Amino acid sequence: MATATTSDTTEAQLSFRRPSGARTVKNALATVYVGVATLLALIPLVWVLWTVVSKGARLVFSSTWWLESQRGITPRREGGGAYHAIVGTLEIGLICAVIAVPLGVLGAIFLVEYARGTRAARVVSFTVDILSGIPSIVAALFVYALVITILGFGRSAVAVALSLVLLMLPVVLRSTEEMLKLVPDSLREASYALGVPKWKTILQVVIPTSFGGISTGVMLGLARVMGETAPLLILVSYAVGINFSPTSATMGSLPTMINAGRDVAPGLPGYDRTWAAALTLIIIVMLLNLVARGIARATKLKEK
Amino acid sequence: MAKRIDAKNVDIYYGAFHAVQDVSLTVEPRTVTAFIGPSGCGKSTFLRTLNRMHEVIPGAHVTGSVQLDGTDLYAPGVDPVAVRRVVGMVFQRPNPFPSMSIFDNVASGLRLNGVKNKGVLSDAVERSLMAANLWNEVKDRLGRAGMGLSGGQQQRLCIARAIAVEPQVLLMDEPCSALDPISTLAIEDLINQLKESFTVVIVTHNMQQAARVSDQTAFFNLAAQGKPGRLIEVGTTETIFSNPTEKATEDYITGRFG
Amino acid sequence: MTDTTRRAGDESRSGTVEAVADPLAHTPVGAPVHETGAVDDPAFRTPEAADPALSPVHDAVTSHSPTQVVEEHRWAARAVSLARPAQASPTEPPAERAGTGVKLATISRTGDLVFGGITRGTAVLLVLLVAFVGIFLLALALPSIRADHDSFLFSRSWQVSGDLRFGILGLLWTTVLSSLVALVIAVPVAVGVALSLTQYLPRRVAGPVAFLVDLLAAVPSIIYGLWGLIVFGPFIAPVGTWIAGVLGFVPLFRPVSDPKSTVFVAGIVLAIMILPIITAISRNVFEQTPRDQVEAALALGATRWEVIRTSVLPYGRSGVISASMLGLGRALGETIAVLIILSQPAPGSPFTSSIFAGGETFASKIANNASEFDTPSKTGAYIAAGLVLFVVTFVVNALARVVAERGVK
Repeated sequence: MATATTSDTTEAQLSFRRPSGARTVKNALATVYVGVATLLALIPLVWVLWTVVSKGARLVFSSTWWLESQRGITPRREGGGAYHAIVGTLEIGLICAVIAVPLGVLGAIFLVEYARGTRAARVVSFTVDILSGIPSIVAALFVYALVITILGFGRSAVAVALSLVLLMLPVVLRSTEEMLKLVPDSLREASYALGVPKWKTILQVVIPTSFGGISTGVMLGLARVMGETAPLLILVSYAVGINFSPTSATMGSLPTMINAGRDVAPGLPGYDRTWAAALTLIIIVMLLNLVARGIARATKLKEK
Repeated sequence: MAKRIDAKNVDIYYGAFHAVQDVSLTVEPRTVTAFIGPSGCGKSTFLRTLNRMHEVIPGAHVTGSVQLDGTDLYAPGVDPVAVRRVVGMVFQRPNPFPSMSIFDNVASGLRLNGVKNKGVLSDAVERSLMAANLWNEVKDRLGRAGMGLSGGQQQRLCIARAIAVEPQVLLMDEPCSALDPISTLAIEDLINQLKESFTVVIVTHNMQQAARVSDQTAFFNLAAQGKPGRLIEVGTTETIFSNPTEKATEDYITGRFG
Repeated sequence: MTDTTRRAGDESRSGTVEAVADPLAHTPVGAPVHETGAVDDPAFRTPEAADPALSPVHDAVTSHSPTQVVEEHRWAARAVSLARPAQASPTEPPAERAGTGVKLATISRTGDLVFGGITRGTAVLLVLLVAFVGIFLLALALPSIRADHDSFLFSRSWQVSGDLRFGILGLLWTTVLSSLVALVIAVPVAVGVALSLTQYLPRRVAGPVAFLVDLLAAVPSIIYGLWGLIVFGPFIAPVGTWIAGVLGFVPLFRPVSDPKSTVFVAGIVLAIMILPIITAISRNVFEQTPRDQVEAALALGATRWEVIRTSVLPYGRSGVISASMLGLGRALGETIAVLIILSQPAPGSPFTSSIFAGGETFASKIANNASEFDTPSKTGAYIAAGLVLFVVTFVVNALARVVAERGVK
């Protein structure tokens, strides 16, 4: 509240007195604080990206990087690429998606189209909440104990993919659920009124309408699991050569390639390769993120 | 096309709640019947029992019979999906399928029921769009999205979609209430044409519209707050509007309530 | 005119209408009825304008009391009669039920049965899966806990070959400590950023800035670990050493290990990793501050900070708390970044509560010893540790949800 000044001049009467000094100072301090916080938030991102790009760009932009593996290469030797790791990462992600996406989408369909509001839906929803809270190391440990210790299979990329399913499934299910809920009931009614049975309505009207949003959720889930390292550490051994058999005990992947090279001294070629692998992983993950956002914006359901 | 509807002693329940009580009326083929009445009196609810759409809501059930030319739609063993293929419906808010083009929207009823032949579909789409008075406006952009049309055009698109499957009866649930007056007029003209081929039942909260458009009018009302809706009176539109039998009807017509 | 004559002779009308039946016979030509029509409904007007045949036979100007009401009435009836010149009389009794019936197709139920079955089956599968995970892990962990010669909760040793002697106290401490350090750093920054995005920055700038902050979440954790180990650790080590020098008398700040690989460093890196999620949720909550609260404060002449302090922050408090707990949950479960950064303490080294020490969290312990999971009893010990982590994370996440729901006004 403007307090009356002691001055009698018209100017003073007309101009609103600034708030008291203490309040102005506090306001200024708050502004400074907020500004500093914003900078502090942006600096790490820029720093990390700058580090990765500057140390890894040279190798990433050579064609050998994308075409050769690390077979026969030691940390002291130049050469080789990340082909084995790139394909390994993509392959594991694909196997995971093939299992997690149908399960997640069907689960979401159950929650929204068949059981909305019922107690069964609450039970399933609670279960998915539990699943989404499992730390990645526990998911990996579960698969290890079940598949390797008890069932006696060896380590494999499939095991990794299975533990990633536990992590990706809740993400896909929740985002699909949100997208399905956004489809207005009037569309379902229009389809029923044409004499279309429920299952066809879901598959040919509801899902196509929400397809953009579902794709976005899938890509974001994929981006998340492709960067997970814990299951890779426990469930498969890092291979430097090309090995794409999902059931073999060794497979290369970008996170484990990075992990294997983390202690190499700077100046050695192996050091550069580690950072190049990091850059490659970031490129793949960022690409997925950007494509997902692009799809989301292009297919946003317009509100009536 | 165009069959006669006989509803006898229809009671509608949502779970234990008695929503509409003891409705009996007849709709002649190739006529337009309007259901009027204040909000919440059961006219839309009853309309939806004519194509068993109320069953989409869990717990909704109906006693009594609804016959289409003698065939009971509620006979045991009758699938509601089959009923909806012969009794079509147009809704209050235009709802074309957003993931489909104009052509695909109109063809959707046929396609989703198994028709694949492109020639058959094209013919049906053209025929329906012409019958819906929309052909000339969209014939050059059948491949474009259905959502890009104006409200009135979208509603005509929905009508085309509904009639493409050649139903016997066309139900319309307040089809003009979300539209501007010009579009409303266009749809009313359309209804006048449609009744040459279909039996039309329309729910409207606009009495003047009922008077303009229908041959027969049925007035629904609630007996009291919390009681089920009932059919108070049904008769030719002229009679209902100039010479109603029931006092409640006359009170509603003359605007004393509603 | 058919209807008027009919009406005039009609016996069954109510008194009011009858009273005006007579004047209809010689109605003067007056203004078209729509000008006095009771309703403003434009649909009511339009056909009148469009149809010249509907000329002003009805008069609006009769002075009878229910004038408007009757006019509407008569207009409507007239509209009907004019619109329908040659309609088949509907007074014909609908006696003949001569309909041919309707062919109702037999619908195949297979599609619905199959699809509904698959969908419901998936839901059942999900519930069974989660239940199985829980039961399986418990079944493996409990025997190991029972066979444990040490106290599971209070021992710091970890010996899993031969006699089982293991306890999670050390793991618990390091996990909680590193996550708390992360929280203490991340929450103030996140709140500041959220305020900046919602209260200070103009829309055009706020968008890209928010995008960049969200991008922090997209960076995989191994890259944070690598960066923390090679770049950030060495960079921030002097700061750590300085703090330890100044505050080293407090056990919490006593310098113990290599300053590049301490809980302090790991905590800061964790803070960077959980910043996006706390910021995003806080931003959401601040954006939803009711406008009238903000405007009330502004109207009183408050400075921007005062508006924030009195309206935005109190409204958003439960949301920020909930967001922080979700961030905490994320930090608790982080594996690889912590594993890479923290130096592993030598077995048998004394307990230290300092943040300037290395250590192992639940997650890094399990990951570091992946080669040891050969027997069920050994694996069981690690699973027991994992279960504790899971329970703690679950409780934190559940609390976050409760706080978020209860706080929503």
